[in-house]
Amino acid sequence: MSEHILYTISIYTENNIGLLNRISAIFQRRHINIESINSSVSEIEGVSRWTIVVKLSEEQMKKIIGQIEKQVEVIKAYYHTDEETIYQESCLFKIKSDLLFEERKIQNIIKESNSRIVTVNKAFFVIEKSGMKNEIELLHRELQPFGIMQFVRAGRIAVTKQPMEISQLLKAFNA
Amino acid sequence: METQAVKPQEQDTKKTIHISGSEAVVRSLIAEGVDVLYGYPGGAIMPVYDELYKFQDQIQHVLTRHEQGATHSAQGYARISGKVGVAMATSGPGATNLITGIADAQIDSTPMVCITGQVGSHLLGTDAFQETDIVGISTPVTKWNTQVTKASEIPEAIAKAFYIAKSGRPGPVLIDITKDAQFETFDFEYKKCKGIRSYTPTPKTNTETLQAAAALINNAKKPLVVWGQGVVLGEAEAEFKAVIEKAGLPSAWTILGASALPTTHDLNVGMVGMHGNYAPNVLTNECDVLIAIGMRFDDRVTGDLSRYAKQAKIVHFEIDPAEVDKNVKTEVAVLGNSKTTLAELLPLLKENTHTNWHQKFKDLYAVEYEKVIQHDLHPTKEGLTMGEVLKEINIQSKGNAAIVSDVGQHQMVACRYAEFNKTKSNITSGGLGTMGFALPAAIGAKMGAPERDVVAIIGDGGYQMTIQELGTIFQTKVPVKIVVLNNEFLGMVRQWQQLFFDKRYASTEIQNPDFVAIAKGYSIEAQKVTKRGDLKEAVKDMMACKDAYFLEVAVEKEDNVFPMIPTGASVSDIRLS
Repeated sequence: MSEHILYTISIYTENNIGLLNRISAIFQRRHINIESINSSVSEIEGVSRWTIVVKLSEEQMKKIIGQIEKQVEVIKAYYHTDEETIYQESCLFKIKSDLLFEERKIQNIIKESNSRIVTVNKAFFVIEKSGMKNEIELLHRELQPFGIMQFVRAGRIAVTKQPMEISQLLKAFNA
Repeated sequence: METQAVKPQEQDTKKTIHISGSEAVVRSLIAEGVDVLYGYPGGAIMPVYDELYKFQDQIQHVLTRHEQGATHSAQGYARISGKVGVAMATSGPGATNLITGIADAQIDSTPMVCITGQVGSHLLGTDAFQETDIVGISTPVTKWNTQVTKASEIPEAIAKAFYIAKSGRPGPVLIDITKDAQFETFDFEYKKCKGIRSYTPTPKTNTETLQAAAALINNAKKPLVVWGQGVVLGEAEAEFKAVIEKAGLPSAWTILGASALPTTHDLNVGMVGMHGNYAPNVLTNECDVLIAIGMRFDDRVTGDLSRYAKQAKIVHFEIDPAEVDKNVKTEVAVLGNSKTTLAELLPLLKENTHTNWHQKFKDLYAVEYEKVIQHDLHPTKEGLTMGEVLKEINIQSKGNAAIVSDVGQHQMVACRYAEFNKTKSNITSGGLGTMGFALPAAIGAKMGAPERDVVAIIGDGGYQMTIQELGTIFQTKVPVKIVVLNNEFLGMVRQWQQLFFDKRYASTEIQNPDFVAIAKGYSIEAQKVTKRGDLKEAVKDMMACKDAYFLEVAVEKEDNVFPMIPTGASVSDIRLS
């Protein structure tokens, strides 16, 4: 069995109700866990872009892409390795405000990690951090001893180093 | 983008009219050329039924006795006519009862449009009476589905549904229409769907792949064609025949490919797969080039994949790119519609006969004939065999009947022994293996091709899964011929219990009612045969009858279907006993 590696799947779709179900069913049916999923608008007006991260062998990955592209409302799907993409994840930490003033260390961590304080009030403050997964994990580890009230990480978003031929595809259809 | 639009049968409506959503549903169906649909009314679809009442001179609604029956009838209609079958049901249980048929149509690539009523849009998500998330439930088993909550969305949804169901690799589509959308009025006009930007029904064919395929076929010493339903769905029978005749290619079929080439054609070497013929299964592991046409290497066809045609180079003609390299790694994949790709392949092929190689198929057929076929068709033992019933039907129908089989032993026997002269003659549930398919499918098949004799071959188990459709036959007077091969067992499961579970016949013995009395209860002419001497006359009576006819044949209780590739075995390890 070939090696399982992390793939970032980019799917361009019509923006229709129920498509999330249809795409996620493809993974569910094959007993494949989705590491992260993100849906947003894309560079093309009226076209949604999904970013899904999964751990698979390349052989499995190719078959899954075939199944995704087969869906009527999917315009095109691509898969890439980490090396082929520029990717980011972002997260939020909610921490007690007392600590910000009493623990100098926290201030240093925020500074060194290139994270950003989003809001501060009497009760709590919120730190936002964008970066690679390991940077976020490091920050989480560093803040953990002080007590984190809430933590949430968003799904990966990624752009590819190589151009996507999606615009030409749509042009060809409209021609 | 290449599009393969539905053949325009009706004109787009010219002028705009102000009508209700429910009337729009019926007018849209008529615009798509629908002349019959199968269904069952209920609360959430009543407005549409009210319109069907008004339009009954233009569109026939067949009341099945269960929504599952409606889907199978629509499938039978689609499979024999090549047109889109239509089924209709209400919300909730009506809709969920469609699911088995939809799943069957999905795995067997049958074009079908299902329309379901849904509770009013203000009630969605409130657990209202007969509310169920049918779009969610049907998502994994439909090619496409959608929910409509506004009347103005109806024409476009229906136009897309028919286009998607029929184009490319066909499949089932479901449209869920809320009750308020059915009542709402709007300005209706109908435009057929000509293309969808995110959907490429037929992939472009790369000329280089065609040349590479031709080179492999021309250089092959021991080529073997395995064709599937893609030839039938692509209506490529003539192109297919021309290709195999020119290059002298022995050709075997999957269960759904059956009848695309006449049974008696010299190059037809029989069925592949678990209960297929001996020669094509054994020689799959001896051929040097395996040419797969419109088939998907199902596990029932390949047996153990790690020992399937490993010595051969595989050429795959396929319309669905997702099927390429899914189960079997191909040397060359030719994407496209089989009608086009085979026509383009023909001039690239060299004439050949492969006489010696072909002789091998004949030799192995002789082995199978001696060990299996002669005992099935010309039994010397007392009990009747399923095979001899098929033989009698072949003789009396002259191989012109469409055979609709259910699922189990009788299905394998029907596929193995039925003689097919015409394409679209083998209608059966292949991928899903849906017991209960045949009776309602035969109703649809007869309506889809009224000029043809339609004979349903059903086991005593599967018959009772949809036996209520006798009521549909009674009311609609569809002259289908129903043959129940009664062995008082769930025969295929019993066979496996005998071979692999030390004859522990767990829940496979079946106590049956008086089937003849039941048929007669529906005013269907009926008789039962228990002796060989009566078989010929009984089949004759059945074939001669202008109306529906029920024939029960009591067959040997514990016969097994051979040849057989046990699960996990290689195709060349096929057993003859």
